[in-house]
Parts: sequence; structure tokens; C-alpha cells
Amino acid sequence: MTMLGKDLLGLAGLSREQITGILDVAEPLKEISERTIKKVPTLRGMTVVNLFFEPSTRTRISFEFAEKRMSADTVNVATAVSSVSKGETLVDTARNLEAMRIDMVVVRHPGSGAARFLAERIESNVINAGDGTCEHPTQGLLDLLTLRDKLGSLEGRRICIVGDVLHSRVARSNIWGLQAMGAEVAVCGPRSLLPGAIREMGVQVFDRIEAAIDWAEALNVLRLQLERMEFGYIPSLREYNRVFGVTRARLERAPRDLLILHPGPMNRGVEIDSDVADGPHSVILQQVTNGVAVRMAVLYLLAGNKASLAEVAKTGGAT
Amino acid sequence: MSQTPTVVLNARAVARTISRMADEIIELNDGTDHLILVGIQRRGVQIADRLAEVIREREQVDVPRGALDITLYRDDLQTVGPRPVVGKTHLPGALEGKIVVIVDDVLYTGRTIRAALDELADFGRPARIMLAVLIDRGGRELPIHADVVGKKLEVAKGGRVDVLVPALDQRDEVVLLDPPGGGSA
Amino acid sequence: MSAPLLLKGGRLVDPSQGMDAVGDLLLVDGKVSAVGGTIAGPEGARTIDCAGLVVAPGMIDVHVHLREPGREDVETVASGAHAAAAGGFSAVCAMPNTKPVTDNQATVGFVKRQGEAAGFARVYPYGAISVGQQGEMLAEFGEMVGAGAVAVSDDGKPVENSHLMRTALEYAQTFGIPVVEHCEVMALAHGGSMHEGLISAKLGLKGIPGEAEEIDVIRCILLAKLTGGHIHLCHLSTKGSVDLVRWGKDQGVNVTAEVCSHHISLTEAAVEGYNTNAKMNPPLRTPQDVAALQQGLKDGTIDLLVTDHAPHHYDEKEREFADAPNGIVGLETALGVNVTWLLEPGILTLGQLVDRMACRPAKVFHLPGGTLAKGSIADVTVFDATREWTVDPARFKSKGRNTPYGGRTLKGRAIRTIVGGRIVHELDG
Repeated sequence: MTMLGKDLLGLAGLSREQITGILDVAEPLKEISERTIKKVPTLRGMTVVNLFFEPSTRTRISFEFAEKRMSADTVNVATAVSSVSKGETLVDTARNLEAMRIDMVVVRHPGSGAARFLAERIESNVINAGDGTCEHPTQGLLDLLTLRDKLGSLEGRRICIVGDVLHSRVARSNIWGLQAMGAEVAVCGPRSLLPGAIREMGVQVFDRIEAAIDWAEALNVLRLQLERMEFGYIPSLREYNRVFGVTRARLERAPRDLLILHPGPMNRGVEIDSDVADGPHSVILQQVTNGVAVRMAVLYLLAGNKASLAEVAKTGGAT
Repeated sequence: MSQTPTVVLNARAVARTISRMADEIIELNDGTDHLILVGIQRRGVQIADRLAEVIREREQVDVPRGALDITLYRDDLQTVGPRPVVGKTHLPGALEGKIVVIVDDVLYTGRTIRAALDELADFGRPARIMLAVLIDRGGRELPIHADVVGKKLEVAKGGRVDVLVPALDQRDEVVLLDPPGGGSA
Repeated sequence: MSAPLLLKGGRLVDPSQGMDAVGDLLLVDGKVSAVGGTIAGPEGARTIDCAGLVVAPGMIDVHVHLREPGREDVETVASGAHAAAAGGFSAVCAMPNTKPVTDNQATVGFVKRQGEAAGFARVYPYGAISVGQQGEMLAEFGEMVGAGAVAVSDDGKPVENSHLMRTALEYAQTFGIPVVEHCEVMALAHGGSMHEGLISAKLGLKGIPGEAEEIDVIRCILLAKLTGGHIHLCHLSTKGSVDLVRWGKDQGVNVTAEVCSHHISLTEAAVEGYNTNAKMNPPLRTPQDVAALQQGLKDGTIDLLVTDHAPHHYDEKEREFADAPNGIVGLETALGVNVTWLLEPGILTLGQLVDRMACRPAKVFHLPGGTLAKGSIADVTVFDATREWTVDPARFKSKGRNTPYGGRTLKGRAIRTIVGGRIVHELDG
């Protein structure tokens, strides 16, 4: 496999070999979380800062578990940002962190490109834990690992991403990752929540969820941000569920069993019904378990990669 | 300037050596009670499998086997960087009260075994840990010795011993590669 | 008064009088005294050899932001006028989105006096269309024109209230000034930071569709048609806008339009990598838009070229893309960019380039200059249309360094800028 560079900023630009390499390393790491002593000494002495400019429980905890299971020293920095002071905070925080001699930064930020911005300005390894509506590469990787666990090779597999693709970094990382792995990718959602250029991204579009279910082997159901309604993208949550909700009744009419993924946290009864989320084809909890393994793999594969490789990373989203 | 590998053990010699190692393991432990064979990924696992086969023939017992991947326990992450391949670790149940025989293909600096001991300690507290290696090539950097040795070789620094196994290499032999420009062992 | 200047042997390019010939130009007492042919200098005249150089009417940029009053840390009238002179501009029009807004005669007068005191390029102030650029009440056009304003604009944002825009177009006719609109439908552009398309979708940046500009373009053209007022449309960026202006002109509407140097040279691709120096409003668009803007300039649909010079402090641009401010500096690169992207590929002739950068701006904004006719003001730009140079933002006279052209090699550079017969910039001097 081609090694990763200094940072993991996104799945756009990663090759199938690179992604396969990460998943192959993640695979054996799953076992560590099953041990009595859930810890390996790999990253002993390394300091990882979880720099979260946006509230996130799941991703931060998953990274923290991954870091601790790899024996890294972990510091959590949670900073709420006002829209006015974002920029200064990010630059200043970056400089301050560097001055404290850290090794890696896991960054979550509401601005697209923020992880790259940080990566270009500090020597430490940067892992993007979600930047604006751009990418959430470790979520994309854990989705790929979960799909691979269940489907084997992803070549030619049909995966449909359902919901608010327009505002979703998870959707983008999934699209790039799945395409790199040779899968066929579709999206389904109201046109008001799909990017206008979605087809140019090599993605098929389904206007009706029934058609998507008819086509797909797996659905990745996105969380519907409740504030989308306030900004007028959809009329009501009720109608959203009626038209686009992934319900048991709809799945029962499918020609095959569909795997159901969801990045969480779920709005039960909005984008997904409880009996689907908790049903036999839901792999939502496996996603959570795999998330720790994938993040351990990324931490390991970036550890010690120096800034000299950063130039390469800049050109390709991540390398 | 390509080196010609010298065959140190051919297939028949490897088979004989492994038989003798299996006998020694049985002798040293007065049978197979509480015995676990744990191979180090990847060729140690292959050799552990062959040792287990011989033990089954001799004693009609299936010795539990495990595999250790020590990649995450290496001490050279900061200097060498991450390895792109990590193997599986699995152990056959709890280690308490067991006699664990770590099996590897070549014993050299001892650092791999140090890592394996650390990893085993994370799984429990065996009654005893032993080490069985097909080749001991000398050159230790840590105070570690093998309890069961298939063959001792004196290999110059920079030289290489490769244990080739059918499952991974489609060959069954041990070869010695001299250091570039150096003399023979 | 400075000594008479005799510019010898340059290529005199003055579309205002259909002139393109090698000859001399004599400037005396701040006026053009003689133009063309061989001229003998009067006693005490300074003679400047202009062989191989273009001698043109002083270039005028009708769209710059000089940040004074309010953000003197970013640019002052003096530093902006200095940058203008260094870029070959003998005059600029300063937009009124200052702090406080230039919406009254006192502030207009202040900006004008700061320009005169600086003594570089002439500085013509804009007045705001509405008080505080709030889009509610008309500012006092008459008082501001009295203090030196040459046009009114709420640039930075559109006049969203169509009734107010209609009134402005009617009221401005008393004073014979253009009403200058920043064309944008805010509700459509809201939160956007680049052109809406594949690249914005990939980068996860909210896009601004071309229609956000075009809807306002047609609204303003229709209101100008209704009122008979003169609407001048700022920094058009799309093919659709060019088509709409062409329609308006065909209908006989009093509409004029400008385009920025960056919109005829760069595309949305410049944003990739989240380059905040490629962030401006309106955003960089597609190659098709760039081609249509170039064509619009060529056929005269688009009247003139501007810079939309918008300096920012370096750390204001040093942030995540969506939060970085819009705009780039342009005064010191515009001539090079225009020569490189318009003259070199043969889209504009030299005469057309001078027309769009000097003659048309003067005509559309009723400013002195824009011609080398005998008796006109002695504002002259002497430039080398073949000279290659590499943009080094650290050497800018502007306080702003925010340019997407840093490190690029451009062709075409101002050698001398003359304002009222006085040399205010001399490259090799």
C-alpha cells in the first residue's frame, strides 16, 4: 500500500490501495477492544489533542477510545466558536498547540477546509474529524469497513446515501471512498437537499425512496439536521418522514435484504424508523465498534509521518 | 552483484528439525498438559502449526494454538515509522496456569520476543513462557535466549536468514544471504 | 507649476481621437499642449524618451475600496492612490462603504481632500445611495455631488428595495450622475462563498449561483428603462449578465457595465485548496463565463475594466475559507493582467484596451481625462505592453497583499504615470 502522508484530511484523492491499506490495518485492531486489557503500547509518549470547535459526543469519544487503546496521551480541547472569531481562534489555537509540542491533532470544525488550513500551518499530524460540509474521512472509512465486513468486496456494489447530502460531510467522504473502492453510488433525498452538481460527482440520483430501495444493496441514512426546516429546505419533519423516511413497510417491499447504516445520532421517526434502526439488517452498532478500530488504524498509520510529506498531502486531499 | 542464497536446511532437513523441536517441547514439559503454542506472525505461526502436527502424531493430542502480531508492540515506531501491514492476534482462551511456547522462525536481536512477552502480559499471567525458534542466528541485543532451537547459525551482521514456508513462499527451506561484499559465515 | 514635459517618440494610442501613431506629446501647465508628430520642446521642458512604449490617456479605475475613513490599518486614501499611480492609474473612484459610510458631504469632502493631499492618482469619491448603506432612505445626492462625489453606490451590497432603486435612478438625473449597483440577490447568495457548481459541491462550500447576480441585473435594467436613469452595473461575472446587458443596450436603456480584471482571467478552479485570495464577491466563475465577459468587452457590451481593489489585512484572509473576507487588491496588477489575458491572446486590440481602461471610464462617469486631445488635462499613462514581470506582493505600494497573482509572471507594466502634468510614478526612474 502507498503510505499515508502527514495528515488525513479527506478521502477525496485517496487511492483504492490506500483505503484498502487502512481497512486492512483496522481489521486486526478490532480484536484489541475485545481484550481484558484493551490497550496496546503503540503510541506511548505521543500527545494527541482532540480539538473540537463543534459539539460532538460520538466522534470525540470514539477518537478518545482509539487514542487511549493505542496508549497515546490525550487532551481534549472543546471550544465553542462564534462566527466572528472562528478564524483567529483556529490560527491562534494552532500556534499555541505547536508551542506545547504535541504530536497529533484531531480536529472538528464548522468551516469547510479547516482541517487542511490547520494541517498546512502545523508540523503535527492532523486528522480531520469533520470540517464543515467538506469531509469526515474516518466516518467514511468506518462505513467502508462495515460494508466490507458484510458484503466482502465493494466492487460493483450498489450503495445509496439517503437524506441531506447538501450539508453532509459524511455523504461526501462516502461518495469519494465508495467510488475509490469501485462501488456504484446513488443518493436519494429532496432536490432541495442535494447539491446541484451531484451528478457531475459521478452519482446516480433517486427522487423517490422506493426506487432507491429497489436498486440498492445498502442504505446509508443521513441524519436530518433539524434546523434545515427552519431555513426552508423542507416543509416539515412529518412530511420528510412520509416521503423519505426509511420505514419497515418500505424495506419489506424491497427485492432483497438491505443493510442499513446511519452515522448517528439518529432522529428516530424522522429519517429512520425505530424498527429499522433496531432491526435485523441494521449495522449501526457495528459501525460504532468499527469506528474505534478505524481510528486506531489511522492514528497508527500517521504516527511519525513527518511534515516533509505534507506537500504531497496538499495536492491530493490526503495522501 | 546479486547474491546467491545458500540453502542451510532443505525441506527434509526442515521436517527433521521441526520433529526434533516438537520432541524437545514434549520432553521439557513432561507431556502436553497446559501447553499452548503461540506463533509470531507470520512465519512463526506456520512453524507452530507444523510443531502441533508433530505433537499430534506423537501424543494424539491437539495442542491449542494462538497467533501474536507484535507490530503494535515494536519499539521502533518513532525511528522507522508505521508498518503498513498489521496481522491478527488471537489466543485460545485464558493464559492463567498455562505453559505458553512462543514460536518464531528466526531469533536475532531479541526485540521481537521482547515485544511478544509484553503483548502476552496484556492477555494474562501464564505459569511459564518458553521460546522455540527454528533458527538462532546470534546477534542478541537483549538478554533473551531460546529454550528450544532448531539450528544455530553464525551470521555476520548485515547477512540475512530467510525461512521459507510453503503456505507463504511456495518453498520449504532455510536460506542464508551473505551481507553484500562480505564473507561467508 | 512643474516644468513642461515632452514625451518623445512613444506610440500615441488615443481612441478618443482615433489616434494610434508614433509621435510626441507635450504637457504644459497641467494641460495637453500639443500631440502627435515631432514636437520641439519649449525652454526648460523635461524630455522623456518613450521609444518602444505606449503613451495613452491616463487610466481610470472607477471601482476601488480605499478603506479610509475607518480601516486605515488596511489602506488609506494615500496608500491606495499611491498603489493606483504605481499601477498606471491617473484616477480612481473610491467606493463609499467606509466606516462611517461615505453618505454625506462631509465624508465625501474628506476623502477628496485626502486624495488631493496625497498627490498621487486623482481620487474621486462615490457617495452612498442610501443613508448608512442601509437600503432605506436616500442619501443627499446633491450635497455629496457638491462636495465632489461623481456617482452613487451602495457597493458591497445591493439596493434590495426596488422602490428605493427606482427613486435613486430618478433623483440622480438631476445631478447627471450614474447610479452604480452591486448586483446580487442576497437571499439567493446567502452564506455562499464561491461559484455554485461541481467545485463548490466537492469543497463543501455553499455556492452562489450566477442567477443571484443576473436577477438583479435585469431588475436594474428594467428600472433604468422605466425611469430613464443611468444605471451602471458593477463587476459583472456571468455570461447571463452579459446577455442581459446586451439586451438592455439593444432596447436603448441607459445601462453601462464593468468587469474586473480577475473575472476575465481566473476561474472558480483558483479556489481549490481553499485559497482565500481567490475569494471575492461576485465569485470567480466558469471558463464559459470568462469567455463571455471577454467577448462582452470586445463587442462593447461591457463598457470598461475595473479592479474592485479591496485590500484586507493579512490575517483577515488567514482563516477558513467561508469566514475569510471577500476581495483582492488589483491596482498594481490590473494592467499586467489585462495585457496578459486580453491583449496578448488578441481578444482586444491595444486601442480597445486603452479605451476600456481610460476613455470609457471617463465618458461613463463624466470625468475629466480619458483623452490626449489638445487642451485636456495632462493625465497620461506610459506603459510597456511587452515587458514581463513577476508579481511580488511584498513590493506593493498598497497596504494590501491579498492577490491571487503573487508569483505569477505578467506581461505589460506601467512605466510612468502622469497626473496634471506631474509625474507621480516612475518605474525605472
